[in-house]
Amino acid sequence: MTRRKKVAHPYIPNSAPRVKAEMLREIGVRDVEELYADIPESLRFRGKMNLPEPLSSEYELRRHVEGILAKNKTCQEYLNFLGGGCWQHYVPAVCDEINRRAEFLTAYGGEPYEDHGRFQALFEYASMMGELVDMDVVNVPTYDWAQAASTSLRMATRITGRKQVLLARTVGPDRLSVIRNYCRPDIEVVLIDYHLETGQMNLDDLKDKLSAQTAAVYFENPSYLGFIEPQGEEIAALAHEEGALCVVGVDPTSLGVLAPPSAYGADIICGELQPLGIHMQYGGGLAGFIATRDEERFVAEYPSRLFGIAPTVVEGEYGFGDVFFERTSFAQRERGKEFVGTATALWGITAGVYLALLGPDGMRELGQGILQRSQYARRRLSEIRGLRAPVFRGAHFKEFVVDFTAAGRTVAEVNRALLDRGIFGGKDLSAEFPELGECALYCVTEVHTKADIDRLAEALEDCVR
Amino acid sequence: MSTKLRRFHQARWDEPIIYELSTEGERGLLVSQVEEEIEKAVGDGLSEIPESMRRERPPNLPELSQAQVLRHYLRLSQETLGADLNVDIGQGTCTMKYSPKINEQLATSPKVAELHPLQDEGTVQGILEILYKMDLFLREISGLDQFSFQPGGGAQALLAIASIIRAYHRDRGEAHRDEIITTVFSHPSDAAAAAVAGFKVITLYPDEDGYPDIEALKEAVSERTAGLMITNPEDTGIFNPRIAEFTRIVHEAGGLCSYDQANANGILGITRAKEAGFDLCFFNLHKTFSSPHGCGGPSTGALGVTKELAKYLPVPLVEFDGGKYRLNYDRPHSIGKVRSFYGVVPVVLRSYAWVMSLGAEGLREVAEIAVLNNNYLLKKVLEIPGASAPYAPGKHRVEQVRYSFEGLAEETGVGTEDVQRRMFDFGVHYWTSHHPWVVPEPFTLEPTESYSKAELDEYIAILRQVVKEAYTDPEKVKNAPYNSVVHKIDHAALDDPSQWAVTWRAYLKKVKGR
Repeated sequence: MTRRKKVAHPYIPNSAPRVKAEMLREIGVRDVEELYADIPESLRFRGKMNLPEPLSSEYELRRHVEGILAKNKTCQEYLNFLGGGCWQHYVPAVCDEINRRAEFLTAYGGEPYEDHGRFQALFEYASMMGELVDMDVVNVPTYDWAQAASTSLRMATRITGRKQVLLARTVGPDRLSVIRNYCRPDIEVVLIDYHLETGQMNLDDLKDKLSAQTAAVYFENPSYLGFIEPQGEEIAALAHEEGALCVVGVDPTSLGVLAPPSAYGADIICGELQPLGIHMQYGGGLAGFIATRDEERFVAEYPSRLFGIAPTVVEGEYGFGDVFFERTSFAQRERGKEFVGTATALWGITAGVYLALLGPDGMRELGQGILQRSQYARRRLSEIRGLRAPVFRGAHFKEFVVDFTAAGRTVAEVNRALLDRGIFGGKDLSAEFPELGECALYCVTEVHTKADIDRLAEALEDCVR
Repeated sequence: MSTKLRRFHQARWDEPIIYELSTEGERGLLVSQVEEEIEKAVGDGLSEIPESMRRERPPNLPELSQAQVLRHYLRLSQETLGADLNVDIGQGTCTMKYSPKINEQLATSPKVAELHPLQDEGTVQGILEILYKMDLFLREISGLDQFSFQPGGGAQALLAIASIIRAYHRDRGEAHRDEIITTVFSHPSDAAAAAVAGFKVITLYPDEDGYPDIEALKEAVSERTAGLMITNPEDTGIFNPRIAEFTRIVHEAGGLCSYDQANANGILGITRAKEAGFDLCFFNLHKTFSSPHGCGGPSTGALGVTKELAKYLPVPLVEFDGGKYRLNYDRPHSIGKVRSFYGVVPVVLRSYAWVMSLGAEGLREVAEIAVLNNNYLLKKVLEIPGASAPYAPGKHRVEQVRYSFEGLAEETGVGTEDVQRRMFDFGVHYWTSHHPWVVPEPFTLEPTESYSKAELDEYIAILRQVVKEAYTDPEKVKNAPYNSVVHKIDHAALDDPSQWAVTWRAYLKKVKGR
């Protein structure tokens, strides 16, 4: 077979020789090279980039990429109990249908006329999230929970004019790393101890560290380690007494059954949208939200875009637009609030679709079903000799810590043995929380059946025997 | 041959807010039920929760059946003008190119979608291979030495860059270097992210020819200079030929140089960060590298650095020992993390597939045709009355041009925002510019490589028509749009704290008095 001669690339219409020649003639140059005349020769790259030969047909490309991806084992093929910041939930078909629509998928930064639907979908997303957290203002989503928490804390420092934030020591380490980098230049990050028996915040330590320098107290509920922090009201009250704000990170799948942080005094709520109808995508499905009350001093400090409803010249027609755009870096560059840019709008739309599909009853059933499964899993695992589950006394949501120390096994050993049985065991916490010993974070959601949980329990029994 | 104008009308469903479609008792999805045995074993699950932590009232979410949810959102999608549907050259700086459908299918396959980021490395060798190889590709394209895909967009990449610059100077005992220099035609995020990272920002303005002012740069550098964060070509589409001098001046002052290559579409294979003397750069994979823009993300700002700075990159990095890919967290000098896990992996996958479909010559052809299209468009726009392309008269531009309708505004009273709204009546986008408007009455067109000559001609024909109307019937343009989804919006409420409403509940309280 003869190799194909050079042809126009399917993605590049004007590489067709005749049209290219016509356009060059129109511009008045002989060669495209002339269009680069302003780039000095010393800056020209005259070598050949060492890239693979292109796959010249779509079929070859598919074969090639699918061949690489075939090396992955997915959470559909293996039974998965990993959580810790990205969680396996059921993704309704309609969520995928909507976020794969070409109109949404390939739109970008149009105005609220020709992109009216994008504005409305994100306004509705914010409206539904607002109900879930019981707040009046929700942003167009940012990159992830870690960024949402980082920005919430920076907002708090601007609102209070103070430069120190207090964080529960049980904050997710990934998020803590992002927060630390984001705060590094001018904000002091101080960790508050927790009680080893319950995981809950040590209020004495909080009282010691709270001062007139404190801008915010931040904790997560349910926490990274799975337990529910029941002292929200006390923590918020202590923060407020010192003139600090209370910032709470939350998993929205819990809010059909758990009180929203606004009910116990949170001033700023942030969290992760991925569990709301977005595939895990190896961590690529994350998206962060921020919510506050509708007070100017809060709204003025959002860096994100906020889409609001506005009248048009036609009576009764809904229009949309940017609320208080002047606060953003788009309007003010470095004088704007932090920065705003492309982040995760499509996942915001998707989370809205998810909330609309589930409704109030669906969110309650989801939360309740997770609680029941997770409690069942804890019970099953705690029956295994040498295992302690949960490590923390008290209520949990979908995650819980399992201690393997008494079984004389490391988490790494257990997870290798589980992997051989087609199971992804819980996240190894021994490096992140060495004080807990050989512990792992297990996650159980509505995707797990009784049979799945029993299979895990039997496999673990086998592994630690 | 004159181009025929479409008798366009966008979908106008007059679609209610989803709360207005709610009917008590309807359900859109049933959640998987718990087995009886579980319920018998643990009860209702709720009793464990302390009473103070239980939700008292159910969240006020709308109640709709499934097809009704679907229909509502499909209508909203039709009221959104995706790049797949229009000659999307009006959103300049955004690189609205074709996002190949095959890449969508690959990126949404369960082999990517159903991976948990903490899975054992042995079970994710495929996706790690993609991340590793895409890093190698970008090293070739930029000339720099190592990339991280962790930043979830250009602005986050800039934050990471500013963080690396900060760490570099701190490690050298030069923490006093607290100034970042940028230019007004670089993206606002260059300035804003630097400020978040703790730097004072110095902004250079263009000289008479439209180039960043090199004399101003010489004035600006000092022992406090931490770095330069700059775009080239800038939003004007003018390539700064003295860029190597810029980086030399900053290096001599002890600073680092970062190249904002969010949009590198006109220079792939033509000129690189390395040869111009840059230490850091980033590419927006949702721009130049074809991943779709998703209404504003998910996205990736692929961050590249020289060998000397590689130790500062966010953790973890993907490594390959010849047999196995692994994630290396053991990097003590790293700035830490800027985003959870490893970045927006499906975006990287799409970009990988895109590069694989083009190869080195194909990438260069992308750049060349993008530049050809842009200069063709430039010639055609300059033939339109009232339009101009400030700076560098008679020169060619790279991938985009920031035009001005100052002449049109003076002659007709019709400004660029009026033109913008009227353009929507013909089914195309039209973007003005970020602020401040250094170019008066600006608009920015970027035709990329994806549009045919006939499509470019169509866009020009629309622009001509709107300008013709501006001269003959200016009120028509000023009161536009007519055939878009909605009519002219009154923005006053959006800046008034007593009226703005970011959620439906706020709207009901504040505007409807409920």
